[in-house]
Amino acid sequence: MSIAYFPGCTLSTKATGYDISGRAVAQALGMPLEELPEWQCCGATFPLATENSMALIAPTRILTQVQKSGGKVTTLCAICFHVLRRSQNFLEAHPEMLERINWFTEEPYDGKATVTHFLEILRDEVTWKGLAEKVTNPLKGLKVAPYYGCLLLRPPSEIKMDDPDNPTILHDCLAALGCEVVDFPYQSECCGSYLTVSKPELPHKLANEILESARRHGAQALVTACPLCQFNLDYPQRPEHQMLMGNEIPVLYFTQLMAVALGLEQATWGMDKHYIDPRPLFESFRLSVVGDPLKTDH
Amino acid sequence: MRERALIIGAGIAGIQAALDIANSGYEVVLVEKEPSIGGHMAQLSETFPTLDCSQCIMTPRTVEVGHHENIRLYTYSDIESIKRDGSDGDFTVTIRRHAAYIDWDKCNGCGTCQEKCPFKVESIFERGIGPRKVVYTLSPQAVPNKPVIDAENCRYLQSLWDMQAGRIPSVDKNGNPAKPKCGACLKFCPTEAIDFEQKDTLIEEKVGAIIVSTGYDLFPQSRLPEYGGGNIPDVVDGLAFERLLAASGPTAGKVIRPSDGKQPLEVVFIQCSGSRDPERGMPYCSKICCMYTAKQAILYKHRVPEGQAYVFYIDVRAGGKGYEEFLNRAQEEEGVVYLRGKVSKLFREGDKIIVKGADTLSNRTVEIAADMVVLATAVVPRSSSSQIAEMLDLEMDENGFFTASDEELEPVASNIAGIFLAGTGLGPKDIPETVAQASGAAAKVLSLFQREKVTA
Repeated sequence: MSIAYFPGCTLSTKATGYDISGRAVAQALGMPLEELPEWQCCGATFPLATENSMALIAPTRILTQVQKSGGKVTTLCAICFHVLRRSQNFLEAHPEMLERINWFTEEPYDGKATVTHFLEILRDEVTWKGLAEKVTNPLKGLKVAPYYGCLLLRPPSEIKMDDPDNPTILHDCLAALGCEVVDFPYQSECCGSYLTVSKPELPHKLANEILESARRHGAQALVTACPLCQFNLDYPQRPEHQMLMGNEIPVLYFTQLMAVALGLEQATWGMDKHYIDPRPLFESFRLSVVGDPLKTDH
Repeated sequence: MRERALIIGAGIAGIQAALDIANSGYEVVLVEKEPSIGGHMAQLSETFPTLDCSQCIMTPRTVEVGHHENIRLYTYSDIESIKRDGSDGDFTVTIRRHAAYIDWDKCNGCGTCQEKCPFKVESIFERGIGPRKVVYTLSPQAVPNKPVIDAENCRYLQSLWDMQAGRIPSVDKNGNPAKPKCGACLKFCPTEAIDFEQKDTLIEEKVGAIIVSTGYDLFPQSRLPEYGGGNIPDVVDGLAFERLLAASGPTAGKVIRPSDGKQPLEVVFIQCSGSRDPERGMPYCSKICCMYTAKQAILYKHRVPEGQAYVFYIDVRAGGKGYEEFLNRAQEEEGVVYLRGKVSKLFREGDKIIVKGADTLSNRTVEIAADMVVLATAVVPRSSSSQIAEMLDLEMDENGFFTASDEELEPVASNIAGIFLAGTGLGPKDIPETVAQASGAAAKVLSLFQREKVTA
């Protein structure tokens, strides 16, 4: 059973490690990700203006592709997920807007697509128990702090994935992989998001607070589901920036830890683009390798 | 019509109404679910804006209620049912008096049982600040000053019931009848008032008018996850801080942190915690928080002069006689720092509580490493008020407060003839307003009784 998959721009460029590891683990769990044909950028922000028809065109086009590919799509990028799910909610609640956009795109969308995040597929379809059973390299003793950021879970009334004040979905995923999950108070704070482009001092300050707190609570690594969070937390730690001075901790995607725990080949980990290399974390583990599901199946 | 009134709830509203009616020569049946009367006012340290000792100004009234020949007081009691009689319009009230396991006629209130009881449990009255014994009165000034035994936590009663139900053997290993555990109070009571065989009793009373004064609760901290959700011991609500400040409280008025007993040097007060928050809390203003927060900050500064108090507020509402002046005193004379803005989040980091908020006057984010945080949580109706409303067919608003038949011109009359309303069950209000409203409701009852006399 394959799932329609929307990679989004960041996972095709800057965050390829998330994409590679995500596709590999999905394959290993027996539900390969099938990339949507002819997809384009989701717009990267859900429009909050009252007159937002222009900004809704891009997500609607994607949802039209989803409709043609079976009606259900999954994403890895927290921002794409956020934009697509909220656009879907909005179109469902505003049929007049859907009609207007359909008139413009000349590609009628039925308004009925289901948008999921891959974490929800894991929780609701694979289940944490099912995931734990597939783990060949339990990451026992690896202290990881789940970092949710803001867009994955908020606003909860629309996203309906988890409680942003007391989230558990990443915790449960990491626990299924055998990790020691570290709770820390900054787990659903903002990383500074797009201000990294226009006002980088702010995300650097926020990254510092988040990383400091995670480390104080004993984390060896941070785990996220968002490529922008990953960048904003990883990039300021690079040696030339001298932010932390020898106190660096790697920032991983949950799919990367899954690839390690499921015994997939290093090529599927996608860890070569990190500013702080996460691979030394696994040196003390005697990792068994099951194989590279992408290579064996294709 | 029977010229007798039932008053449900013996907080300051119920007490005031009961005294007004009783002093006019009519009988009052006063029902309170707690073991003693006084309601939330008995929990307060001092009152605003005069800084009078709350217990001290209330005690003459509670004592008068306790001794009044026209007041039949049922404490530790609930309303089981109320029926309106067809013929004369009177109400037949069934009151459930919970078993106290102490014969109050024999008990002389000496307090030996409380002293000897070896078990402590968390006290709802002390709001987590201090424990109480399993046999307890709410305070040393309690009226009536008779204790009750909390059956759920009593070793004797639990083991007795276990034996009676066959869950544990009723004979010991030598074949002799086994004794229930503990029994310290039984052993030491000088008047033999302990009665473990006591059962709930149902009492029927007939009345011609009712005043509902069921009062308020505080918005639960569990619904404020951004403020710790009740899981951080040094983040307390307003009533808990009252118990810390109260000379008769568990710490004898010493301000210490619940977690480690240290004196807090930085205390943050957050107003409108769950109030004026239509998205996640209650949409209305709780009315008393601005003033009691100013009072608590002043009292804290008196107890800990080297400490610093911060108050986060949306805006300060100090409408009332002497209120604005009191607030100015907090800001100008007592050195309390007021920050206009909301706290977005707080969390525990080491032994500090990091409070993240905004100061919208200087347009900056503020972060305070506090030792303690006091949440002025919203005033909400008592959870039991909906049952009373159902029994009596009373109208409630969307927030669960009783609705007056005409909010402007009949503010104490309910939608049902013969039933009147007073106090915070109608909506948030302070002590003077509550007392005035209670006297208003009492006057309505009296005029009803008087009219009967004139027309009869």
